Amino acid sequence: MLEKISQTSDERIAAIREKARIIRRRAIQMVFDAKQGHPGGDMSVTDILATLYFGVLRYDPAQPDDPARDRFVLSKGHCTGALYATLAEAGFIPLDELATYMRPLSMLNGHPNRNYVPGVETNTGPLGHGMPVAVGMAIAGQIDGSDRRVFVVTGDGEQQEGSNWEAGMIAGHRHLAQLTLIIDRNHLQQGARTDETNDLEPLADKWRAFGWHVVDVDGHDHAALLDVLGAPVGDRVKPLCVIAHTHKGNGISYMVDQVQWHHGVPNQEQYELAMEELA
Amino acid sequence: MAAAVQNAPGLHDCRDAFAKTLEALAEADGRIVAVVNDSVGSSKLGGFKKRWPERLVNVGIAEQNMVGVGAGLANGGKVPFVSGAACFLTGRALEQIKADVAYSNTNVKLAGISSGVAYGELGPTHHSIEDLAWLRLLPNLTIVVPSDPWETAEAVKAAVAHEGPVFLRLSRMPVPELKRPEGARFQFGKAEVLRAGTDAAIIANGVMVTRALVAAEALAEAGIAARVINLSSIAPIDREVILAAAETGAIVTIEEHSIRGGLGGAVAEIVSTTRPAAMRILGFPGFAPTGSAEFLLEHFGLTSEGIVRAVHEVIAMRDGR
Repeated sequence: MLEKISQTSDERIAAIREKARIIRRRAIQMVFDAKQGHPGGDMSVTDILATLYFGVLRYDPAQPDDPARDRFVLSKGHCTGALYATLAEAGFIPLDELATYMRPLSMLNGHPNRNYVPGVETNTGPLGHGMPVAVGMAIAGQIDGSDRRVFVVTGDGEQQEGSNWEAGMIAGHRHLAQLTLIIDRNHLQQGARTDETNDLEPLADKWRAFGWHVVDVDGHDHAALLDVLGAPVGDRVKPLCVIAHTHKGNGISYMVDQVQWHHGVPNQEQYELAMEELA
Repeated sequence: MAAAVQNAPGLHDCRDAFAKTLEALAEADGRIVAVVNDSVGSSKLGGFKKRWPERLVNVGIAEQNMVGVGAGLANGGKVPFVSGAACFLTGRALEQIKADVAYSNTNVKLAGISSGVAYGELGPTHHSIEDLAWLRLLPNLTIVVPSDPWETAEAVKAAVAHEGPVFLRLSRMPVPELKRPEGARFQFGKAEVLRAGTDAAIIANGVMVTRALVAAEALAEAGIAARVINLSSIAPIDREVILAAAETGAIVTIEEHSIRGGLGGAVAEIVSTTRPAAMRILGFPGFAPTGSAEFLLEHFGLTSEGIVRAVHEVIAMRDGR
């Protein structure tokens, strides 16, 4: 994390972009090898993860339990391809461990387990679990008067889970300014478009009504993400909701905005094309 | 339950011991926080709130969030006591208890208040006679059903000393302080033999322990020496004491819970697969009709007389009569 201080802004953004490219390649490799996974969501969330881990979060992979660390929760826990590739790149887990993804007895389960994987804060998988836990993390910081920050990423379809709104309501009430919710807004859930299933709009208005400060951002624009996520809390008293506009399968031409890639697995030809496009 | 019973001399509401002990511990240990779902009063945490308002997190009527927030607080180094009516805490937030607490193995203490049929006339929505069955399935989770104020206090202390998730199933039914030998110690996973006997064994916990002791006294007058075991710790469970009880060949279990999946189920799993014995499982067979807690216990035979009957039955079963 220290190296970024000596970098210019352009260099930092270029470095984050390169991390995102590496994470995408590794995630696709993992899904291809495991013959299962959630590549569409992995590609959707990768730029958010790369920006957080290589531009925003304070952590030390050698001390994953450091009490002062910033907290990150991937509530859309099925996107472990991107998460594990990110944690490996950030130094939490050995790179060669990625080859065991979803293999028998691997620590890299299809959904993350904090008891096996350093850097994972809470076990997710069932949707709607990350927000309440992140709110608890932020309240702990509030009680301690700590400046540590808490970031949680949910899918957009996941916003249909009521527990998000229970958590969001108390976060607004308690002015948890250290808490940031990032919604991976790719408009697709497992079976169909979100607006065909249970429309979320007006999503920004809903979060504003719950007492949050809401910002829209291009979820694949590293500079824009860094601006929003990296900005100091400053005088802001409300929790921050970042609606990150993304594309499922982003970065791989045939996957973009295609619902079947929620948990599709590339065949040999598709795998080669993906790697070519991510070269 | 009738106020007269509640206020009877010598009887106690275990919530008082819970709150008093928690406050005493919280004074010395700044990590302890309370998380409630608008349940400050029913959890008797008014004193805690007054002393440490910043350490009492009231999330409002939102149990899923309450349990998740507890897990997040534990992540931040706190020791959260997540306290609410047992029926809602366990039923409404079961998946959070599974994923965020048990599977994540977080240092969260769940206090299920007014468990069993304590809410009487409010009906089955407010009864919590399924909680042990639901929670007993979850690895990592310690489950305790204290029988009296002393054991409640000891269980709270043990919960703080233990690194890991704990469920305390607390009652509001009035109970006497049990007589225990000098130097008695409470330990997770250890059952208490409160009375010796080799003709039959009565295994109880929570508010049923006193009834078991009264039943054993009545049985003694009829020449039957019944052992009485307080199985407050449901998980981990004391196999040794249960298998020793099975040596009598005649076991009656009684609990303020469904007859399926609770204390009786736990004992039967061990006994039937290791050292089979005649058994009767006393508890609630299904949703309860309208009535006070005391009425419901009478109605379903969860009384000392009911235990005496059941002991005679298991002895007859054992002896092939």
